[in-house]
Amino acid sequence: MTERTLAKAINEGLRKAMEDNPKVLLLGEDIGKLGGVFRVTDGLQKDFGEQRVIDSPLGESGIVGTSVGLAIRGYRPVSEIQFDGFVYPAFDQLVSQVAKQHARSEGAITLSLVVRIPYGGGIGAVEHHSESPEAYFAHTAGLRVVSPSTPNDGYWMVRQAIECADPVMFLEPKCRYWEKGEVDESAPPAGLFDAAVRRAGTDATLVAYGPSVKTCLKAAEVAQGEGRSLEVIDLRSISPLDVDTVARSVEKTGRLLIAHEAPVFAGMGAEIAARLTERCFYSLAAPPLRVGGYHTPYPPSRVEEDYLPNIDRLLDALDRAFEF
Amino acid sequence: MVRSARATRAASTDSDDHMVQLLTPDGERVTHPDYELDVGVDEARALYRDMVIIRRVDVEATSLQRQGQLALWAPLRGQEAAQIGAGRALAPDDFCFPGYREHGIAWCRGITPEQSARNFRQVTHGGWDPYEYNYAEPSIVIGNNAVNAVGYAMGVQHDGAESAVMACIGDGAMSQGDIAEAFVWSAVFQAPIVFLLQNNHWAISEPTERQTRIPLFRRAAGFGFPGVRVDGNDVFAMLAVTRAALARAKEGSGPTLIEAFTYRMGAHTTSDDPTRYRIDAEVEEWLQRDPIERLRRHLVATGAADEAWTASIDEEAEGYARALREEVVNLRGPTPVSIFDHVYAAPHPLVDEERAQMIALLGAEDAGSLK
Repeated sequence: MTERTLAKAINEGLRKAMEDNPKVLLLGEDIGKLGGVFRVTDGLQKDFGEQRVIDSPLGESGIVGTSVGLAIRGYRPVSEIQFDGFVYPAFDQLVSQVAKQHARSEGAITLSLVVRIPYGGGIGAVEHHSESPEAYFAHTAGLRVVSPSTPNDGYWMVRQAIECADPVMFLEPKCRYWEKGEVDESAPPAGLFDAAVRRAGTDATLVAYGPSVKTCLKAAEVAQGEGRSLEVIDLRSISPLDVDTVARSVEKTGRLLIAHEAPVFAGMGAEIAARLTERCFYSLAAPPLRVGGYHTPYPPSRVEEDYLPNIDRLLDALDRAFEF
Repeated sequence: MVRSARATRAASTDSDDHMVQLLTPDGERVTHPDYELDVGVDEARALYRDMVIIRRVDVEATSLQRQGQLALWAPLRGQEAAQIGAGRALAPDDFCFPGYREHGIAWCRGITPEQSARNFRQVTHGGWDPYEYNYAEPSIVIGNNAVNAVGYAMGVQHDGAESAVMACIGDGAMSQGDIAEAFVWSAVFQAPIVFLLQNNHWAISEPTERQTRIPLFRRAAGFGFPGVRVDGNDVFAMLAVTRAALARAKEGSGPTLIEAFTYRMGAHTTSDDPTRYRIDAEVEEWLQRDPIERLRRHLVATGAADEAWTASIDEEAEGYARALREEVVNLRGPTPVSIFDHVYAAPHPLVDEERAQMIALLGAEDAGSLK
């Protein structure tokens, strides 16, 4: 057990994957000499060389598109998109090639690649540096989408994503990069696509992933003081969804709240609410409620606290769930 | 307005300047200072045979579409020399990333006309195992495949392998951002790749001057690698230039852009009507530069072939056309439930759930029956 920041834990997960498998290559903008703008790849080029940690030209379609070719050749490329809001030039490659090569070739091509993206807000950044694009990817068959919320998950999930036979979108909650936690290098905490119950409770279920998990845990702490026992589930995987773990909780609590930073409309919360309503209709004492971004472009960061899910908004939604 | 557009066209894209040619439209063998080709009688006859067969098969596929047996076909007529010359330059362990009109290159890789037709009958989006032929699945999104090809070439380079990669693009693709990224990447990393640009003069209804103000091969210079314009209807020139470019890639000198200056004699696809946007005179003019006729003249003039031999090739081509027809009309698939088979390589609970839903709805027999 060692204490690490999330950024350092992912760095060590990448290092271990590169040690274990010479086919693992990293590519992205500023990931080599600089070590990435968040230092997630710090020191890796120095230790593994410029052939395996590649400072790429500035072009996201090129980063993802060359990853496709490298993967067809048998490599396991792990690319970095510098910020969430810069992934869109690569969207064509992600949807048209990354997601479809395996199906198009009727299984002949196995496209094992990982696209890492620091995502989400809360760091006082300028435009295009705080977005949550996960629903775009989750909507695309052929992609898998995961997001760690703790250093231990950061270390293990990046390794598991690299070992996965399918392309994985690896979304890193950038506002949690500097938060510390214990990393247990002896064994993975769970499968890559398993949800985790982070706090047990009896009165309502809070579902979140990535940056919103901690917000939910704080809200649960406050709610405890108000006499309400909340269960907090960290999805960890956005596609596929571990519906079973959430359903077990909702059947027990009867109330479901979903939190994410992405806009609520047509977001992951809508999918989770629909699936859990189908599965747990007679267990629900109130309709599932969603707390997330508004239907606006991500705002200037001076007001982002009012845009993002926070303790007050979660507790307000909780009150509404109990008023039904 | 019309006049100025025509003037632009003449100046920018239609000039034959600097075009590598080894066989004139009359079938006369000429030399080029930079490109030699030692082609024997057997090889020349084999190139002729390739071109005649793929043209005949192409005509058959077009009529199969007209008869409702194919959903679509993208005819290659006019581009036989560009594709056979480039395709025959590839070594077995070279890897090619085609677009959707490269039936001639597919033929050179050992892919049968029936395999090429599978996608157009929509029994699959692919049609072959890419690793068996070192030939990627068709790419319909214009430009994507060039970036993928560069990535593959970076892998070849990383392996230290002595092979090269070919990416097939067209005049329309040259306006896509992905092509710029593919050119930048390949140049920066000196990737072992040849960009085969078939400039067939039309991107559906848009002429080349809607894509460029300068001859397309000149773009390569701006990225830092050589570009060369070749008479794309001259199979000897295509073979010689492509061989040289592949050799250059394999010796570590990086990418080359080959602009095969050719013409799409047919429609963009069977859904297209070229009479709405181009004049017959242009097609007539290109008919005089026909790739097969010029090689036939050369073979006859040099005594390498006679009428009896060319007739035997025509007959062989008829056989391929007949075989394609028989195979295509009997080609069935996929099964409804097979759509779930290769979404992911590893198990995925949502896909499993939806597969079960479909089987429950259709019944196992119908869900598993070939369409």
